[in-house]
Amino acid sequence: MIAEVTKSIVRREFKSYFASPLGYVFLIIFLFAIGYVTFEPGSGSFFLMRQADLSSFFRYVPYLFLFLVPAVSMRLLAEERKSGTIELLLTMPVTEAQVVFGKFLAAWLFVAVALAGTFPLVLTVIYLGSPDLGVVILGYLGAALLAGAFLAIGIFFSAISKNQVVSFILGVVFCYVLLMAGSPPILGFISTFLPKFLVEIFESLSIMNHFESMGRGVIVIGDLFFFALMIGGWLYGTILLITEKKSN
Amino acid sequence: MIEVNHLSKRFESIMAVDDISFAAGKGEILGFLGPNGAGKSTTMKMITGFILPSDGEALVCGKKVQEVPTVTKGLIGYMSENAPLYDDMYVEDFLRYAGELRQMAADKIEAGVNRVIDLCALTSVRYQKIETLSKGFRRRVSMAQALIHDPEVLILDEPTDGLDPNQKHEVRTLIRQLSGNKCIVLSTHILEEVEEVCTRAIIIAKGKLLYDGTPADLKSKSKQHKLDDVFRAITTGESVQGVNL
Ligand SMILES: Nc1ncnc2c1ncn2[C@@H]1O[C@H](COP(=O)(O)OP(=O)(O)O)[C@@H](O)[C@H]1O
Ligand SMILES: [Mg+2]
Repeated sequence: MIAEVTKSIVRREFKSYFASPLGYVFLIIFLFAIGYVTFEPGSGSFFLMRQADLSSFFRYVPYLFLFLVPAVSMRLLAEERKSGTIELLLTMPVTEAQVVFGKFLAAWLFVAVALAGTFPLVLTVIYLGSPDLGVVILGYLGAALLAGAFLAIGIFFSAISKNQVVSFILGVVFCYVLLMAGSPPILGFISTFLPKFLVEIFESLSIMNHFESMGRGVIVIGDLFFFALMIGGWLYGTILLITEKKSN
Repeated sequence: MIEVNHLSKRFESIMAVDDISFAAGKGEILGFLGPNGAGKSTTMKMITGFILPSDGEALVCGKKVQEVPTVTKGLIGYMSENAPLYDDMYVEDFLRYAGELRQMAADKIEAGVNRVIDLCALTSVRYQKIETLSKGFRRRVSMAQALIHDPEVLILDEPTDGLDPNQKHEVRTLIRQLSGNKCIVLSTHILEEVEEVCTRAIIIAKGKLLYDGTPADLKSKSKQHKLDDVFRAITTGESVQGVNL
């Protein structure tokens, strides 16, 4: 189903995360941070709740991803445009869609590796208690979809600027807004100038609401559909953007 | 093999390429001459399908670039200005990746990589990271990338720019060696280069095509056989002593 050339792009982009220390640094930061927030002796934590489950892990994942995922995607197109290799790539017999999709998949695979690195946490929880494995699996699926949505937003902003720092900051801001779209302060703010039905549409875009609903251990087709739409929409926007801006 | 009809490109207020038409066939080495900012690179970018023309069309082997861009891109080998490369890759891996992007079969890729490494004298840097290469080697890697699929059409944007005299000589020798069954278009602002390698020369300035003919004809326009003078007379429009246009 995926074109052979897209797979080549995925392979090369995935490998390039490990061509510099950056990829390893990212993995280490992620694993340390996730270990810390899961076992951290603050309120609602693993030990305080005396509950052998991963609820605090999944509660903190969105906030960690908020900063780490745009860092994974920021270079994808910004670097190509800055160094001029975009011209090399897009004068090969490949389409913009194959390039964007391949790069997105590579980044997603990289985040999936990071998530897989948290597996010892799952083993610990299984050892200490008897967690509902269905909830754990769905939690991971939700985290992967959340990362996918953030990456799709991140790659869009990676196409906007040649400067990776600008791409990163814009990515974080937009991820934050969509993550928190359902929270009372943000809803309260936008309802001051938007009509009610638009506020409701905006609220339905809240990534957090859909993520939490998966974390409760129920698969809702609507949530899957939401993430698919989110990823597809931002990737489509990226393809249009890069077609437009590649030569500037 | 290449046909360009009334090609134009406008960037906001400036006409980078203004109604240019020409054609080039098999065995030709066509030199694109012109001062900096003349529109050479922009014309090449439209032929290679990287940017869309504002007007007119380009055809490669009879196929329209705008209608079937992935087909025409597949027929061309292209080395763009400044030879951009993936610095984090190793030479061999990069060339293999170029073959994959060109959708060559696995065994063809291996054979192709070996062939271009030989052709472009890259054996000594084969397992080296691209970011560690000198300018001359970067050029050659870029050239190798453009040749991996043995294309019918080769487009080279200032292939000798920034190289020392010996490296320039090597690149020119390679280009001559490659012609025959290919159609090669190269841009340059070095006049001797045209004389040395090109079978035909086109001069453009300010986006307009001003001359299309053989380098020898071009030279004969000056009494002292000075290409410099002819070039100056054509591109500036001023009268230059000893030149009869
Ligand atoms: N992406 C772009 N946006 C705006 N102007 C451009 C762009 N690319 C090239 N130009 C302008 O078009 C003209 C022709 O440029 P170019 O084709 O690069 O010239 P050459 O390769 O002959 O030196 C120049 O004036 C250049 O500044
Ligand atoms: Mg140029």
